[in-house]
Amino acid sequence: MTDTTTADPGGQAARGGAHPGTRAGAQAGAGPGPGTGMAARQALRRRRDRVRRWSWGIPMWLLALLFLLPFAWMISTSLKPDVEAFRIPMQWIPDEPRWENYTEVLFGESSILIPFGSSVFVATLRVLGELTTATLAGYAFAKLRFPGRGKVFIAYLATSLIPAQLLLVPRFVYFEKLSLYDTLWALILPGMFTVLGTFLMRQYFVSQPDEFAEAARLDGANELQIFFRIYLPNALSMISALAILTFVWSWNDYETPLVFLSTPENYTLPMGLTSFTDENGAMAAGLSMAASVISIVPILLVFLIFQRRFVRAMTESALK
Amino acid sequence: MAIVDTRDEPAGASAGAGTRARRPHRTGRAPSEPRPYVGWLFVAPNLLGVLAFTFIPLISVVLLSFTQWNLVSGFAGIEFVALDNFLAVFQDPTFWRSLVITIVYAGVAVPLTLVVGLALALALNRDIPARGLLRAAFFVPYIVNIVAIGMTWQMLLDPEAGLVNQALGAFGAEDLPQWFASSNWALPALILVTIWSQAGYANLIYLSALQDAPTQLYEAARIDGAGRWASFRAITWPSLLPTTVFLLVTLFVGISQTFGMIALITNGGPGDSTTTLSFYMYQTSFQFYRFGYASAVGLVTFIGIFVIMLLMWRAQRGRALHD
Repeated sequence: MTDTTTADPGGQAARGGAHPGTRAGAQAGAGPGPGTGMAARQALRRRRDRVRRWSWGIPMWLLALLFLLPFAWMISTSLKPDVEAFRIPMQWIPDEPRWENYTEVLFGESSILIPFGSSVFVATLRVLGELTTATLAGYAFAKLRFPGRGKVFIAYLATSLIPAQLLLVPRFVYFEKLSLYDTLWALILPGMFTVLGTFLMRQYFVSQPDEFAEAARLDGANELQIFFRIYLPNALSMISALAILTFVWSWNDYETPLVFLSTPENYTLPMGLTSFTDENGAMAAGLSMAASVISIVPILLVFLIFQRRFVRAMTESALK
Repeated sequence: MAIVDTRDEPAGASAGAGTRARRPHRTGRAPSEPRPYVGWLFVAPNLLGVLAFTFIPLISVVLLSFTQWNLVSGFAGIEFVALDNFLAVFQDPTFWRSLVITIVYAGVAVPLTLVVGLALALALNRDIPARGLLRAAFFVPYIVNIVAIGMTWQMLLDPEAGLVNQALGAFGAEDLPQWFASSNWALPALILVTIWSQAGYANLIYLSALQDAPTQLYEAARIDGAGRWASFRAITWPSLLPTTVFLLVTLFVGISQTFGMIALITNGGPGDSTTTLSFYMYQTSFQFYRFGYASAVGLVTFIGIFVIMLLMWRAQRGRALHD
């Protein structure tokens, strides 16, 4: 099944690539197209392109809708009583949408408002801490010479590949001993000082010219002034990219809270989502889905508002 | 105690940098060179945190792997056992079985995610109405938390009442797959959900790589009479090769560490059919509390993944030199 679906778009796109006209249209937003050819031919081509746009666009939109179908199901189920969730045949739009699922999830017995607040708290502190420590350290690794810089950086490089999973046991032991186990600090603290964020910031600052700093030093500026007034303002797009990535990681993290949190009052959102069960201990479909929808909204908003930046963050961290 | 230090450090460090760097000085150093300790002060907040939460835990994990210990016995109960844990790992049938499961899981999910991501990228790298929104649509599963995704798919893939099997049944399929309820189908179900959630990421990275595709070459290829497939193979694919290797490595690392979905939906089962190495590591640590042994499992796993990653980079470098 995968073979047929993939072979076709591959061929289609290659065809698109073979026709400069289509490509020019496709890239109109991104860069200058070739823009040659006579007026009559252009008109003809334009009409042909329009047909092609839609004949290609509609199937792609249908495919996207199919891709997003689980979310449609999630929303649909979030508005149903549990008994209706698995009724055959499936009813996409419930006759009587059960909004009570949402009020129950928000204000009921195991309200997700507290996990929601915990997630906001954890994500905010992680983002603030990460931005502060990673920009300072990344800048130093890129722009300040100091004895031992190379060695420390190699140590960073070596640890950058270590999966957090490997460190769960010792962290668990430390947190236990330091009474941080089962507190939100067990999630926040490791997330404030990361090797990866430092890397991203270092890569960014390396690409910036040294001359600014040299000139400013000759003018008598100190290192903090140089950092805060010259380099930091230019780095805002990269910093916001790192902020977005950190927020998403933090918001969606499930493994760390699963290991480090034990009392439901301390749960962050992903853990909180699992607490909706019926009297038999089975998952309560309607409530779980309503809670899931609520958990997705913030991340979706961040994504839609900062989409450009987000995409840049993803690709830039990819090409680091 | 290390924790307290790191929390106090950031404020102290930057304040120190401020007052000290402002002092006029300059003796025996080029006027454009900052004092050496300034760099350390900038690094300090991050470095102390990384020391406390990454370096020291890493050293501890290595030390723990030579011991036998469960938390209950307290620090006094730590017993040095030399290489026993590692020997035990290699003789542990569950370890080998989870290794095979991990290889099958990643070995199928990673290439398929790549293929789906590339196909989507090629299909979306054209003039399509509302293209930006369309690209966003395919990316959404990647940014949604694993619990919401996991619970949804668990119900969608319910053998009797799930939407997927209802649809398959409506198309006349018989012997419907039992998905997460069957030890034969749980891994395929996991692979399916993984591809669905990761393809948007591969798609995004491929799309940005396609922006840099050598456009003028397509013109030349067309003039030379090259067909679509020929120009894809001769131009597009080679220009995407570094991206492909990058995705191969990151997806492999990410997918081989998949944990949330397994913990949430299957708990490694039915049987041990979805017990991957990362889940086995979790089980030995936090369900059986065999910290020493779990550390050994983790180290062996990490070293294995690291070697595979190195091999992939090597292969790519070798090929890049040929081109």
